[in-house]
Amino acid sequence: MSETQTITGTTTGPAPARKLPGDLAIWFFILAEMLAFAVFFASYAFARAHDPALFNLYQQTLDRNAGALNTVLLITGSWFVVLAVQAAHRDDIPAVARNILLGFLCGGGFLVVKVFEYAAKFGAGISMSTNTFYMFYISLTFFHFMHVILGMVILAVLWFQARQGAYTSQNANGLESGAAYWHMVDLLWIILFPLVYVMR
Amino acid sequence: MNHLLNNPAHRAWLVLLVATAMTWYLGEVGAAGTWAIVTMLLIAFIKGRLVILDFMELREAPLMWRLLLEGWLILVSSLILLAYWISLK
Repeated sequence: MSETQTITGTTTGPAPARKLPGDLAIWFFILAEMLAFAVFFASYAFARAHDPALFNLYQQTLDRNAGALNTVLLITGSWFVVLAVQAAHRDDIPAVARNILLGFLCGGGFLVVKVFEYAAKFGAGISMSTNTFYMFYISLTFFHFMHVILGMVILAVLWFQARQGAYTSQNANGLESGAAYWHMVDLLWIILFPLVYVMR
Repeated sequence: MNHLLNNPAHRAWLVLLVATAMTWYLGEVGAAGTWAIVTMLLIAFIKGRLVILDFMELREAPLMWRLLLEGWLILVSSLILLAYWISLK
């Protein structure tokens, strides 16, 4: 982090360049994903405005404890991945791999909790076509679920490479890009949880 | 302890945990209506901002990117608030 030798090509002279972590491309991808979720969140909120009584009624059947536990898992997973990036910047290679693995395990915990939650709902005969609330609940959380899986695939790749010492203070770009995606998964859930599970 | 909290990531993680507990508690007591909605959105906004600034490390990023992500947070919160305001009418 000491050198101002960034590859952004800025010609601002001696002033330290404000640097975007990771690759520029991943940030455009993140932005596109976030816009898609913004549309979903707004659709949910406005659909609810048409029939708040139905949404309030069926929201009570959701497992709020599972939702809160999953928030804690994602926040903690995100925190471990930040620690991995920080470890790379101080060239602590074992800590990079260890923290990525811990972040990955938090993601796995999220999936396990979610699968139990889905099993309880599907076991009770609930499906997308049960009503508008469940249609939104299942589609929104499942779309997010797929993003957790993709995030974990990215973390798995980062972990294999980190174990070979790929990420150091001289080369943290790939790690920072994957980390940014993982934080996005967390950021989306931070809106999704209160919106679908709690707000009434 | 103090030097641990010098790391913005540790601070953010602690605040995020406390904020999550607050939202969970509001759910447990069945908080509803205008003040509950505004409080929960405010908590979500603060949490989102911490993730953007301290986890994604956009505090020192080019201003455009910081504004794009913080702007997303403002946009989403505003749309949700608008929809809930309509539902309370």
